[in-house]
Amino acid sequence: MSAPNEESTGAPREQFSGQTGFILSAIGSAVGLGNIWRFPGVAYENGGGAFLIPYLVALVTAGIPILFLDYAIGHRFRGSAPTALRRLGGRWGRWTESLGWFQVSISFVIALYYTAIIGWALSYFVFSFDLRWGDDPAGFLLSDYLEASNEVALTSDIVASVAVPLALVWIAAIVVLTLGVSRGLERVNIIVMPLLAVTFGAVVVRALFLDGAAEGLNAFFTPDWGALSDPNVWIAAYGQIFFSLSIAFGIMITYASYRRRRSNLTGPGLVVALANSSFELLAGVGVFATLGFFAFQQRIPVAELETISGIGLSFITFPAILSQMPGGAAVGALFFGTLTLAGFTSLLSILQVTSAAVQEKFGLTPRSGAMAIGTVSALLSFALFSTTSGLYALDTADHWTNNIGVVASAVVMSVLTVWVLRRGPELLHHLNAVSTVKLGRVWLALVGVVVPAVLGYMLVRGIVTVATEGYEGYPTGFLLVMGWGTLIAMGVIAAVATALPWRRNGHDVQPWPPYPTVAATEEN
Amino acid sequence: MTATAITLFVVSALLVWGGLIVATIHLIRHPEVAAYPSGGEDDDRPEHAVIVHDT
Repeated sequence: MSAPNEESTGAPREQFSGQTGFILSAIGSAVGLGNIWRFPGVAYENGGGAFLIPYLVALVTAGIPILFLDYAIGHRFRGSAPTALRRLGGRWGRWTESLGWFQVSISFVIALYYTAIIGWALSYFVFSFDLRWGDDPAGFLLSDYLEASNEVALTSDIVASVAVPLALVWIAAIVVLTLGVSRGLERVNIIVMPLLAVTFGAVVVRALFLDGAAEGLNAFFTPDWGALSDPNVWIAAYGQIFFSLSIAFGIMITYASYRRRRSNLTGPGLVVALANSSFELLAGVGVFATLGFFAFQQRIPVAELETISGIGLSFITFPAILSQMPGGAAVGALFFGTLTLAGFTSLLSILQVTSAAVQEKFGLTPRSGAMAIGTVSALLSFALFSTTSGLYALDTADHWTNNIGVVASAVVMSVLTVWVLRRGPELLHHLNAVSTVKLGRVWLALVGVVVPAVLGYMLVRGIVTVATEGYEGYPTGFLLVMGWGTLIAMGVIAAVATALPWRRNGHDVQPWPPYPTVAATEEN
Repeated sequence: MTATAITLFVVSALLVWGGLIVATIHLIRHPEVAAYPSGGEDDDRPEHAVIVHDT
């Protein structure tokens, strides 16, 4: 049974109401927790100001090309990742559909723990008002709030202080998704994204006027040109761009499928990609101005500060700084409010990937699809990530999902499209037919050669590293379950979902605009 | 801030924030292609009305 098209499912496909709504939603998806807590630390540790060069090269040669590949597949083949990739695959559709379901399973897993982190941010938004972490933010986070177990092993002990905000996040996300693309997802982004820009802008401006801010910015922007000869710095740049843009795991395929057929793709795509990088640069300025203040307070150089990225930066270092900062409560509320909003808009896009896929495969309405996926995901999320072992489980699942799952998905998708199915020229034709910024054949070279080469290297290196060195000193058994086990679960989900029959009959979609080669074949 | 750090900050801002401004202005001036290929009508049945105005 083939994938249905919108005519065969009885109702028109949901749509974004316009270009602005799509752009804000796509920026809302791309701008997430990683922009705030990952980019500043990665840039600082990989050449400071000199990191700009590999970062921009990676943006132009991999980030934007894959973003356009996602857009082209979703927009031309009018569906979620499994539907669109099945249609892309033609007679190999059964196999390419499974790649779509693998992308869906990546999104499914990420949503489970991403909600937990947003729940933490929501809690810390409340804690900010009385700086509840006191003089020991690390102890407060690990012992008082997360009640993290001393032993790294899966437990079933639910932590109420984590479970309550987690429930609130899930309820809010499910409500938005049930309202649909235009009335729910898009409307939330139209309201939240400008608010996010204002609140984070306020945090950055405040940071710039702190004592020691200039020293922090010196540390961030002073270039280490020698770093440019280090291949690891270039890999770090490609990794940052790749993980930051929400590409290659179904989000942008799904979002592009909700655009009207006669829609500009590459012009808005450039705005989305550069807005994402702009937010990262702003985050770098804000974070390092604040770290400069922290170093000034401790009378040490910025280089001697510990925990300057990731969960530790947001939930340990930042609270410590807020405790010493004039007006720390207000700045803390703004910071954690920003973190919550940025995470929430990204979460909506991640959940929409899964919801859209099950809607199309099983003939569900947007409301029932969102309810079904939301309920199952919420229950799993509680079981795994609101427990005393939630922090370790989250850390491990995130590392394996991103560094192996998402990277593998990107490599397979680009090789499959360009080299196996040889549909790269058709997608290039599609992008140029509807878009104002025209692409040359160099786009095919970037998607077909540069992306598989760089990401393939990252994938092999990532696998070898965790296979030989483990991760964070966690027990092997735990890594087998939460790391490799997560990847195996994704593969099983993809295989089972592909094997299940499509609920509604449909005929092959007619891609628009027609590709000349296809037309010529039909005439013969 | 040192002169080197200021220079790198200015260059970064010009490339990234400036790039965003240029891309946005280009999109405002050219929101759509001058002419689409024929066809490509969306399924806008009145009983399932979708909002078609821009935000």
